[in-house]
Amino acid sequence: MSPTVKLLQGNEACVEGALAAGLKFFAGYPITPSTEIAEHLAERLPRVGGRFIQMEDEIASMAAVVGASLTGAKAMTATSGPGFSLKQENLGFATFTEVPCVVVNVMRGGPSTGLPTSPAQSDVMQARWGTHGDHPIIAIYPSSVPETYELTIKAFNFAEKYRTPVILLMDEVIGHMRERIELPDEPPIPIIDRAKPTVPKSEYLPFDESQGDVPPLANFGEGYRFHITGLTHDQRGFPTSAPDKTAVLLDRLHNKIYNSLDDILLWETIDMEDAEIGIFAYGATARSATRAVRLAREQGVKAGLIRPITIWPFPDQLIAQYAKQLKALVVAEMNLGQLVNEVERAAQGQVPIKRVLQANGELILPETILQAALEVK
Amino acid sequence: MLAEKYLRDAMMPHIWCPGCGHGIIMQAVIKAIDKAGLDQDKTVIVSGIGCSSRASGYMNFDTLHTTHGRALAFATGVKMANPELNVIVLTGDGDALAIGGNHFIHACRRNIDITTIIFNNSIYGMTSGQYSPMTPHGHLATTAPHGNMDRNFDVCELAKAAGATYVARSTAYHAAGMADLIGKALANKGFSVVEAISQCPTYYGRRNKQGSAIDMLNWQKEHAVNVAAAARLKPEQLEGKFVIGELHSSSAPEFTEQYDQLVARLQGRE
Amino acid sequence: MAVRHEVRLSGSGGQGMQLAGIILAEAAILEGKNAVQTQSYGPEARGGASRSEVIISEAAIDYPKVTQPQVMLALTQESYNKYRHDLAPDALLVVDESIEVSDDLPTGTQVISVPILRSATETLQRPIVANIMALGVLVGSSAIVERESLEKAVLNRVPRGTEDLNRQALAIGFQLAANGS
Repeated sequence: MSPTVKLLQGNEACVEGALAAGLKFFAGYPITPSTEIAEHLAERLPRVGGRFIQMEDEIASMAAVVGASLTGAKAMTATSGPGFSLKQENLGFATFTEVPCVVVNVMRGGPSTGLPTSPAQSDVMQARWGTHGDHPIIAIYPSSVPETYELTIKAFNFAEKYRTPVILLMDEVIGHMRERIELPDEPPIPIIDRAKPTVPKSEYLPFDESQGDVPPLANFGEGYRFHITGLTHDQRGFPTSAPDKTAVLLDRLHNKIYNSLDDILLWETIDMEDAEIGIFAYGATARSATRAVRLAREQGVKAGLIRPITIWPFPDQLIAQYAKQLKALVVAEMNLGQLVNEVERAAQGQVPIKRVLQANGELILPETILQAALEVK
Repeated sequence: MLAEKYLRDAMMPHIWCPGCGHGIIMQAVIKAIDKAGLDQDKTVIVSGIGCSSRASGYMNFDTLHTTHGRALAFATGVKMANPELNVIVLTGDGDALAIGGNHFIHACRRNIDITTIIFNNSIYGMTSGQYSPMTPHGHLATTAPHGNMDRNFDVCELAKAAGATYVARSTAYHAAGMADLIGKALANKGFSVVEAISQCPTYYGRRNKQGSAIDMLNWQKEHAVNVAAAARLKPEQLEGKFVIGELHSSSAPEFTEQYDQLVARLQGRE
Repeated sequence: MAVRHEVRLSGSGGQGMQLAGIILAEAAILEGKNAVQTQSYGPEARGGASRSEVIISEAAIDYPKVTQPQVMLALTQESYNKYRHDLAPDALLVVDESIEVSDDLPTGTQVISVPILRSATETLQRPIVANIMALGVLVGSSAIVERESLEKAVLNRVPRGTEDLNRQALAIGFQLAANGS
């Protein structure tokens, strides 16, 4: 069967991807510029036997998503900066109790109410450290409408495979722009479902590290009678304050993500083979950077694009590898300096880094990035 | 024995202080579940944060001990995603009515089929005695050392006004009656609220000179007026008392049933 | 680099510029081209000047925003005043006849001033189809997409029962283009 060619918004592509991944539950609260995701799912989910609910606030939406996921449903919520702030406590609960779910944050200008209809990339550090306590997180970030579709499926796959919340970062540009997309009849990648327990019900331990870094998660309502708590817990899920058990849990939480970087880290490079000037950009900014690379090449400057798709965990190795090759690295982002600090840390002083930072509610122009690349040439 | 069937031995001893009323309330919940014949494998207990919310961990079901105030929001997700499950929320006066007040009124409004038991001990016990939305005016707490200036909620009136379809009140002293009321709450297809008045001798009673746990239970006995008896009394005769029993029962469309009907209609199965 | 057409459609909020942009982009997609459509959000979309922008290209579209429109539509004076400043040299500017065109346009700008709003109101008695008529003028005078694809894209999007009305609006638009150029 041939794919259906459509003109869709990034937010609509996210909905298509979520449904292709098997989404069965969405809880949300209206917030620009993510509202189209809720609107379309309100229409679509009941048609596929799923459930949509508009909760009383952002906090409740995140809570309902976790509750739904514990019954076995693939669950998602979508929001933007102010709502993302409100979701943080329950997002942390989901990381610690290892409940798979997807949280979409279509970023707009901040701080506070900020610029509701304008793009920004100022929540990338919040995606990493917004909730309290040591916790790993996976955050992925598309830079086109078709990629939003694919990465939404990928977000669910990561969530289910690693028993963790996954943050799908977007920006207002990607969320709202309409672009050509080919929607296949069947998902373009295999759909992953969470591992189920294989032990007898009475022997089930929801946090059993002997089952590997990602212990299987049973569904509520199937007779396993297990306990989930946000308190530090032992293998059984029961509260503990024993230092040894605490360490085992926190180590495993980190290991399950950091021992799988080969699988989790996604990126794209353009013209990096012989590049002397690298441009590091992500999301919509990478579209500007792609143009800047082409413009630079037209002027005989050997520029290339490094575009992380997985933002968290941060692709340290990728940066370290190119830091040796490059004469200079330009980092462009729609904030006043967030991931650039990670780039500097990963580059370990091996390459001069030029910052192109802009947080005025407008997508950075290709010419602005080009100018920076020419200055460091 | 009910304890063997419904409690998690591995979680004992519990954290509740000597004289605390919460164990009595948990027992009433268990008795009601048993009497109603709920499938233990199809019943989910959800709680928030605080002394009362520790009850979920002690009970041998699928149990979800969530974040402060959010139990009803988590429970809404559980019930929506699998309406076959019996969902019971155990929460406290601070958890349900301060930090969780918004979720509480909206769960009432939705009339989602969840039974909520509010363990009301008039204080934040877990953090050792701060005033809650149920601390009476003028009473003392660590954060109200000069007397509480807030007025307390009448949570049953609140629930009724917000749309709950079953509302009842009981006390730890009236444990047997409480189990019956919880049973009726479980039977109601819709959002049910039972305010279960509890005693906290450690952080509330002592500071407010209410005596021992037994004194506090006696206070419950002496100040509670059954709803049938209350109907025959004049308002001035009810001064300083509170009414227990079934306070409200009505019918309204239940949320998940309506959603199931929508799904059936859209999928052409109707 | 393949040719990249940047189009800006502007008018007042409620004149259907967003839908017009979507239809134009979908017409391009029907021809197997790439297209990106963006629009103004927020208070300005509820009255005042409103714009919708479309980029059409045979190649992949990198930067998704319009910076130098080669084709621009303005249905109101306010939108003309607000959005004309970054026209490309030799651009095509389609304006409603009611607009007073300034003398500060880049050299080579081809201005087509035709009675779009009046035709929609007087000829069709339906001012709501001015956006579709304007697309007819725009495509008729620029050929950024084929007339056939535009018509197909219009019919894919408009409410059932309004197909004939919209076909007429398109036809008038193409006629205005033929007369105006």
